Amino acid sequence: MKKLLFMLLALPTAAFASGAGVQLDHAPVNLNDQESLQRGARVFVNYCLNCHSAGYMRYNRMQDIGLSEAQIKDNLLYAADKPGELMHVAMRTADAKAWFGAPPPDLSVITRSRGADWVYTYLRGFYRDDTRPLGWNNTVFDKVGMPHVLHELQGQLAPVYHTVQGEDGKPHQAIEHFELIKPGKLTLAEYDALVGDLVNYLDWMGEPAKGARMTTGIFVLLFLGVFFIIAFYLKKDYWKGLH
Amino acid sequence: MEKLLNWVDERFPLTASYKAHLSEYYAPKNFNFWYFFGSLAMLVLVIQIVTGIFLTMHYKPDAQMAFASVEYIMRDVDFGWLIRYIHSTGASMFFVVVYLHMFRGLIYGSYRRPRELIWVFGVTIYLVLMGEAFMGYLLPWGQMSYWGAQVIVNLFATVPFIGEDLSVLIRGDYVIGDATLNRFFAFHVIALPLVLLGLVVAHLVALHEVGSNNPDGVEIKKLKGEDGHPLDGIPFHPYYTVKDILGVVVFLIVFAAIVFFAPEMGGYFLEANNFIPADSLKTPEHIAPVWYFTPYYAILRAIPPILGSQFPGVAAMGVSVLIFFALPWLDKSPVKSIRYRGPKFKIALTLFVIAFVGLGVLGILPSTPLYTVLAQILSVVYFAFFLLMPWYTKNDSTKPVPERVTQ
Repeated sequence: MKKLLFMLLALPTAAFASGAGVQLDHAPVNLNDQESLQRGARVFVNYCLNCHSAGYMRYNRMQDIGLSEAQIKDNLLYAADKPGELMHVAMRTADAKAWFGAPPPDLSVITRSRGADWVYTYLRGFYRDDTRPLGWNNTVFDKVGMPHVLHELQGQLAPVYHTVQGEDGKPHQAIEHFELIKPGKLTLAEYDALVGDLVNYLDWMGEPAKGARMTTGIFVLLFLGVFFIIAFYLKKDYWKGLH
Repeated sequence: MEKLLNWVDERFPLTASYKAHLSEYYAPKNFNFWYFFGSLAMLVLVIQIVTGIFLTMHYKPDAQMAFASVEYIMRDVDFGWLIRYIHSTGASMFFVVVYLHMFRGLIYGSYRRPRELIWVFGVTIYLVLMGEAFMGYLLPWGQMSYWGAQVIVNLFATVPFIGEDLSVLIRGDYVIGDATLNRFFAFHVIALPLVLLGLVVAHLVALHEVGSNNPDGVEIKKLKGEDGHPLDGIPFHPYYTVKDILGVVVFLIVFAAIVFFAPEMGGYFLEANNFIPADSLKTPEHIAPVWYFTPYYAILRAIPPILGSQFPGVAAMGVSVLIFFALPWLDKSPVKSIRYRGPKFKIALTLFVIAFVGLGVLGILPSTPLYTVLAQILSVVYFAFFLLMPWYTKNDSTKPVPERVTQ
């Protein structure tokens, strides 16, 4: 019985693990690290916000990660006039479709749909692939339409293939590892840190109220804990005369 | 004060109602853990109605604006995130509570004579609740909302002869679209809640007419004291009001822990795909309904199509829910409570719980040949629990039921 229960519980995780296919790297998300969030915001505005909107997010919400309204206005407002505006992009959807095959998705809640680990692995998973229209492919998103926007920072990776025995018994070409064929402005470790900051920011942007949610939650649970003690003795007192 | 009360009582049965349903409603004194879930279901209903009212103040039932309006609630509305998470958590917790409440009915025979109508009202509440949850799930207008609704409405299209027209009637269009969103909104916020409230009143009126069952399945009204009150009964108020407050607090601790620290519940309460706006051109790789529908979804997928029609699976799924109505008439045991039943019923009930939970798990997973066979076996067990019930309850050995309730 216990074994069966364990099997039933273990089934879903096993299935999700096999569905993902690629091993995802753990994203260094820390919503308390305001400096990391601010660095991430800068990377986001400089590199992502040209094509990807964050259409549910207002610029001035970044006050929550320690930026003043003046700082936001002076450093981060390229595509908008007022800090109260939503993070839209100037690119038209029809153009985007023609250039990339599909319009770049809105990134407001991207870590909530994909997961922070997926985004972290994705942004570090671009490699050269001349069979693709824009010359780029990705380890976690095969045949992706997006080019490697950050390649000047990371450099260019090229796959080294080796032959493996496929499930059908025939030999297949598979990627063994990647080679840095053209170094970028950053070392790979620095690049990982930059993507880490960016993903940290994206994760915060996915649910800006998360911090408030956790803090409120602690007080609510403390209140309910006290209420429990009162309710417990109230019940005990009323029921003590009963046989 | 007393004058005012008299004035009211001459015009409205205020004191009489208070006595009939609270201070002089005698409930068995041996209620245990399982008896919390009725009052908790009412609590969740109130939570859903109140949070729902606040959500409608900011939500836009428009295919172009729905997704954005939910994010607007999450970001720009004061405490909008709290109201939304309470509502989304409440939806799942409603089913947790209702499933436990129904299980209580199963183990203590609460559906047996003279409580058949309470059970029938209850199963109807469960059915309406499923419709309410299904329609509410479309409103955030995410990918899972959209494709989940697409799959479920297409089920109606499999009905022979009238299916296609029926599905168009439900959608108001040939695909899920703005018309569907608008009518589901109307059903979700007013039509079904009205029906639900009426049914809850009927459920309670019927309960208070015959009185509550208890873990021993003893009829407490048979033995009354000199004062005319059941010997094993205690007034609902204050005894069960203070006890239920304790249950409510414990429940709220669990509820708050989810709302504040795990509102997505690992993707079971809020699915990751539902953070992508609905896109009629992009079918998600794997469409699974929310967890509380998955046992029935697994039954649907377990039945192979016959003559190219999916209808048998759809019919089996429908019957698997509706069969609960027949329970009071399928059970032929001379005793009500599991405490005095024999091994046959206990084994049958254990297998049923395994089948229900197992089907629930299988309904979440993508189907593979092995899982399909497993789902078929568990579907047979599910239906056997009901269809063989007249036989195994009649032939089961039973223990003598005491005159009075035990502590």
